[in-house]
This record gives sequence, C-alpha cells and structure tokens, in this order.
Amino acid sequence: MTNSKGRFGVHGGQYIPETLMNAVIELENAYNFYKEDPEFNRELTTLFNEYAGRPSRLYYASKMTKDLGGAKIYLKREDLNHTGSHKINNVLGQALLAKKMGKTRLIAETGAGQHGVATATAAALLGMECVVFMGEEDTRRQALNVYRMRLLGADVISVKTGTATLKDAVSEAMREWTSRIDDTHYCLGSVMGPHPFPTIVRDFQAVISREIRQQMMEKEGRLPDVVMACVGGGSNAMGTFYHFIEEENVKLIGCEAAGRGIDTFETAATISTGRLGIFHGMKSYFCQDDYGQIAPVYSISAGLDYPGIGPEHAWLHDTGRAEYVPVTDEEAVKAFEYLSRTEGIIPAIESAHAVAHAMKIAAAYEKDKIIVITISGRGDKDCAAIARYRGEDIHE
Amino acid sequence: MSKISQAFAGGKAFIPFITCGDPDLETTQRIVRSMAANGADLIELGIPFSDPTAEGPVIQGANLRALTGGVTTDKIFDMVRQLRRDVAIPMVFMTYANVVFSYGAERFIGTCEEIGIDGLILPDLPFEEKGEFEEICLAHEVDLISLIAPTSADRIAMIASKARGFIYIVSSLGVTGVRSEITTDLSALVRVVRENASVPCAVGFGISTPEQAARMAAVSDGAIVGSAIVRLVEKYGREAAEPVGEYVKKMKDAL
Repeated sequence: MTNSKGRFGVHGGQYIPETLMNAVIELENAYNFYKEDPEFNRELTTLFNEYAGRPSRLYYASKMTKDLGGAKIYLKREDLNHTGSHKINNVLGQALLAKKMGKTRLIAETGAGQHGVATATAAALLGMECVVFMGEEDTRRQALNVYRMRLLGADVISVKTGTATLKDAVSEAMREWTSRIDDTHYCLGSVMGPHPFPTIVRDFQAVISREIRQQMMEKEGRLPDVVMACVGGGSNAMGTFYHFIEEENVKLIGCEAAGRGIDTFETAATISTGRLGIFHGMKSYFCQDDYGQIAPVYSISAGLDYPGIGPEHAWLHDTGRAEYVPVTDEEAVKAFEYLSRTEGIIPAIESAHAVAHAMKIAAAYEKDKIIVITISGRGDKDCAAIARYRGEDIHE
Repeated sequence: MSKISQAFAGGKAFIPFITCGDPDLETTQRIVRSMAANGADLIELGIPFSDPTAEGPVIQGANLRALTGGVTTDKIFDMVRQLRRDVAIPMVFMTYANVVFSYGAERFIGTCEEIGIDGLILPDLPFEEKGEFEEICLAHEVDLISLIAPTSADRIAMIASKARGFIYIVSSLGVTGVRSEITTDLSALVRVVRENASVPCAVGFGISTPEQAARMAAVSDGAIVGSAIVRLVEKYGREAAEPVGEYVKKMKDAL
C-alpha cells in the first residue's frame, strides 16, 4: 500500500501531476518547519495585527437579535480586515512562507476577486511578483476587484476556458504552476487542492475561531451554541469551525450556494447535489454528471461558484460533526439587503448566504442561546451585481 | 507478460495520441486504423474530461469538442470493441482519475480487460495515490502506466522500480502542447530510469517534428505525440484519417 498523505477520512490526498509532486513535498516540509519557528510566528502575528488589523471584532448584533426574536446574534467581522475579507489571513501566511522558501513570485486563482486582491496586496507588501487567474465571467461581475489587483501591481489573466469561472481559474493556476515551479508559489485560496494546502489554509484561517473563543469568553463567559459561515471551497468556514470541532456542544453550520435551487442545474451546492470524486488534487464531493464530468455550476456569488468542497468539510459532513445547508440566490440577496438595513453592515454576497440561514433558524432558539455568524467579507464589490439582480443598472 | 512490451519489440516505438470523439467516434475509428496501418506501435486513446488540468490549449479544445459532441465513456468502450475486430496493436486509455473513479474503478478497469485495452494513463494520479487503482489493474492485467517528470529527481528510482507496461517520461515542465524546442537534458534522467526499471520508457510532451521524435527516441525507447496529431484533427475534421496516417508514417520512419 502507498503512503497517501493529508487524508480526512477518505477525502483529501494528492491527485496531481508527477511534475508537481516534489513542489508540494517541498512546501509541506517548509511548512512543518516554519509553523514551529518562533521567528516566523512573530513575523506573521505582527503582519496580522499591524497590517491586517487583527483581531477582528466580534460584534453583538442587537437589532438583528431583537428583530429575529430568538438567539443572540454575534457577527465575526472578517469584513473589517485589510483588503475586506478573511482571505488576507491565509495569504499573509502563505506569502511569508513562500518568501522564506526563496520564492519570488506568487500565482493565485480568484473567484469574487477577494483572494486575488489579498494575494496582490501581500505580493506588493513583500516585494514579490504576482499573477492572478480569474474566470472571464468573474472579471465582468467583479470588475472593481480586477482594477484593484492591477492597481496593486498584479497581472490579471482572464481565463476563457470551460465555464470561465472559479474552477477554470484553479485549473489554469495549476497549469501555470506546472510550467514554472522554481521561483513560483501557488498561493491557493481555500481549504482545497492537494495536501498540504487544505491543512495550511485551515491553520492560517484558524485564527478566526481562536479569536471567537477568546472574545466569546470575554463577552459572555461561555462558548457559543452555533457557529456558522458560508462555504464554497470552505476556508472561512473551516477557520470559523476549527477550534470548536472538539466542543461537541457547539453546532457547526456551513451554508452552501444553492443558486436558483438545489432541484435545478443552476446550483453550486456540493454537499446537497454532489458525489464523491477526484478533482483539483483532492478526493472530496463534487458536482458532476454520471460519467464524472465536472458540472458547470452556478451561483450569484462568484466566490461560492465552485463545483467542489474542501476535503475536511467533506469529512465533517460524513461524520455528522458539521451540518451543511443550501441557501438560494434570492435568500442571499434578501439577507444582503436585510443586514445592510438592520445593522448598517453591507456583507459580501458570499457571507450573506450565512446571514440568510441565521435568519431562518434564529427564532427557533431560546433567547439565552448564542449564534456566531462569520461575515467573511464586505459587500462593496457586490453592489453593482445586486443592483442588476434587482433590475437596476448602476455604473461603477 | 504485458502486451504493451510488443510495442517496443521491433525497435523504437512510435506512440500517437488521439482524443476520442473529436469530432466524432466514427472519425476516431478511421484515424486509429490509419495510425495502425502507418506504423504506430501503440495508441493512446484519450477519454475526454471536462477539466483536463494537465493539457495545453490544443488538447483542451479537443476534449471540449468531443464532450460537446456527446461522447461518453460507454460510447468509447463500444468504439474500442469495434476497433478490436481488426486492430491488433496495443492500445491504452489516457484520461483523468475522476473519469475512472466516477464510473467505478472495478467496473471501468474490468471493462478495459474485456474490450482489449492494455493500459491506463492517469496524469493526475501520482505514485503515492495509485494504490486503490493499481490493485484492480493487476487483477485485470491492465498496466497502470507511471509518469516521470523533469522535476522527479529523487523520486525516479522509486517510481521506475514499480512501473508496469512502459514508463511515460514527461519531456518538459508544463502542460501538453507543441514546443519549438525541448531543452530538458533527459539522458541523466533516463539513465536512472533504466537502472531501476524492468519496462521500456518513452518520451512525450512537446514533440511534433520527426527530428524531435528521433532525438527523444534516441535517448529512450520511443516517442509519444499528442497535440501535433490533435491539431491535424482540428484542421481536417472528418477528413483527418489520411493526413494523420501520413504524419504517423513520417514520424515512425524518422525513429
């Protein structure tokens, strides 16, 4: 039997071309060294606190709590981070690691553009070259982020293959990495891909749940009853769950993008509609047809518009430790508008999927129960698209 | 003994690749027969995949055309059954792990044995992950082909010593596609392969001209050509069998 690494139950592994194997082995070795290195951790903590603005706030949403009439709602404000989303946590970690490994160039995929902007930002800060792959469809619906990346000095490559969305951007970034390994680190943006990426990204995002625990103890003197987040690949959700996985009384909920509904083909809800497969370097659940062809998924949210889910989430689903629920475009847009009007917080349309599910369940909880929703990013980037969804054409 | 070894028995092997169902399976059948008649020693039949991450633009395009045309794994199995009435040379499938996994590895590989497919190349299945497929391949006498890349370095001996059928040596970094120059020095790599392997090795990725094929075959046991053939199919469509046959003859003669 071979010694396959990075397994979460049957999920995970390293399903990549031989050309990349020594690169991921080198990355794993470097990561295992630097994660224990006090100097690396000091530098990363400084970047988190002084540059990214951590710790992010845990905000008691009193108006939303009162309006929904059930559990107390707290919002973990990752939208307040520098660059406007949780993506910066992982990117600062990986960019610093890449720099220590002697790499001079970062490549990344991006869907909504949040990970691309974060990578371009870290590259600018650390003096590295940066190339971001983005589906052509996404460059249209997230034009502002394309401009931000270019402003930060990155090259943005518009990917026209396949559905011209996030999955195609990942494929193209993998192809690019295969052709240029020596000086290049592939800064993967979610808890997916081949080992060691799901573990590395989770560890850098775990700062979210580490802070929630501490802030919750300070504010309420106890752990929350529910923590929830949106799930595409699943990095903000894994960061939100991680330090609660061993706490059996804390319910973990991941909110998938159902698009126009899980009974339609226009959906990206992997747990609801996918089945076990092998793609993008990992074994996990994927939306696919009877012959294993990857499905052209759909969601209004470019960041959740992905046909797979990270392997650790697949495992948390298998074991029943976490619950995954579908949320439609319409529900997410309503939540986007609701949070804006109720709390004066415009969430990313991705994060609005989690808000939408909280709106469904909060009333069923007693008033002394506590729900924490991670607001993974801010919604400025989505305003034009949501306006279009509501039939209004605004020019940015 | 593996049937694939026959491909290397008569000197340097020429191994053409074609994406099944581009532009349709009738054309693929004609092309395969034309390649066999013109000196191909082993044929790689590509089963298209929606997201072929190891392919360059040429083969990506072929995958898309084939899938858009409605080709499926079952239809390709049927095509191979028809081909096996008169095509005797070894044939292998090249596809992606999910195509096999999703069909059911046992069912897929069992069908390979039944219809006369001699080997399986899965570019996204490295040495560490091949276990779950290899045991089934062994039971059905289908060789799971190992790939070795210019970056394999300390992994070459490990991979070569366990290889079956033949070893696919990837000539260059990057994805499949025609290259004007192949700069990798493969002689050192091939030496380590030969010291550790009991099967032949052939070089692929980037080869399009007879000169390149001759040079790659000189340091190994054969040359593999994909994108250059797929480009001919793209250009000539349903009339591609004849130009592909002429091309195969020219390449085989150069070895």
